[in-house]
Amino acid sequence: MDNVIDIRGISKEFKEFSFDSIDLQIKQGYTTGLIGANGSGKTTLIKLMMNLLQPDEGEISVFGLDYATHEKAIKDRIGFVYDSNIFYESLNLKEISKIIAPSYKQWDRKKYKAYIDQFELPLKKPIKHFSKGMQMKASIAMALSHHAELIIMDEPTAGLDPTFRRELLDIFQEVMVNENRSILFSTHTTSDLERFADYIILIDQGEILISKRMDELQEDYALVKGNSDLLDRDTEAYFLNIEQSQGVFQALTNDKAQVQKVFGDYIVMEKASLDDIMFHMKAAHRRG
Amino acid sequence: MQIIISNSSKEPIYEQISKQIQSKILSGELTEGTALPSIRQLAKDLRISVITTKRAYEELEKGGFIYLIVGKGSYVAEQNLEMIREKKLRVIEEQLSAVISNSKEIGLPYEELQDLLKLLYEE
Repeated sequence: MDNVIDIRGISKEFKEFSFDSIDLQIKQGYTTGLIGANGSGKTTLIKLMMNLLQPDEGEISVFGLDYATHEKAIKDRIGFVYDSNIFYESLNLKEISKIIAPSYKQWDRKKYKAYIDQFELPLKKPIKHFSKGMQMKASIAMALSHHAELIIMDEPTAGLDPTFRRELLDIFQEVMVNENRSILFSTHTTSDLERFADYIILIDQGEILISKRMDELQEDYALVKGNSDLLDRDTEAYFLNIEQSQGVFQALTNDKAQVQKVFGDYIVMEKASLDDIMFHMKAAHRRG
Repeated sequence: MQIIISNSSKEPIYEQISKQIQSKILSGELTEGTALPSIRQLAKDLRISVITTKRAYEELEKGGFIYLIVGKGSYVAEQNLEMIREKKLRVIEEQLSAVISNSKEIGLPYEELQDLLKLLYEE
């Protein structure tokens, strides 16, 4: 099986944006990062993948199975981390594990306990007294404790301090040593993805702007800087988006060879970070 | 296996890895038949993506430095060190010829060129 998630032609209308016949594949055995500004549709897309929302049209299959007939089997194989607390607030971690353990075929009590220890979480304190970071840690501990083949996380690093974020990325990589596992997570912190993600999906207003291998993305796109005098209608065509200030422009291109040929030594070409790509692609998309 | 990755380097990460493994093979630090860490294990150890590591291994395989046994892993291939040495020598000859013609252009005498080479070599 090549794709762990296969989305074909889904459409759904919302107030702020709509998905219009979206196709998207998530590769099995790899880490995929989902990026986009606030309100771009990341969480909605994840909800559709988790069958928490249903599309008006189109199909979603996970592990090659469809939700209509295999919901329970699919969910059993997914570890899900949601960006807000979905647990019973007055319960503690020990009580919660008793409630959720029976719903998974392969709940691993030892593993759960090990993560709780590693994350330094109190077992007997009600969740409602947890900080945001602690709640996230608890949610991650549960998602990783039932031998899930697919880990889906909505903003798992939000509210976490940099030290723990780094620790967490190590844990994800540990998970990925097993080649049957796949991870999909959305994040604002693109530096989390720069080295560790295999695939990147960039969305804006419900539209997929980029879905590509991370290494190809880094090779194809570049940030170009130069004097604004260089720009006219013809030369602007080589850029996806251009920002100008004080006589200097900064632009994004995905045609490095052509830009080098046309502008030569008059410009400086740099590696575009994921933040640069996200910023310029969003601006270009909003401009229409 | 020790590999050091520089984030500030212009060289892509996969190239840094394949070059470092290549030089370990050529220097004899990694000998024929030695098993390399699995792609996923190395990705984890170096804190990089699986695809990047995979690409590094593919480069090494293309260059004949390692071979893959499906389901088992990657191993250091037999190296014809004599031939590699020959190739390198030819490259060095070409580079030195360029150095000599550059020296002659500015009238740099052989003795001074020799001193310069000695100085740089011993650095």
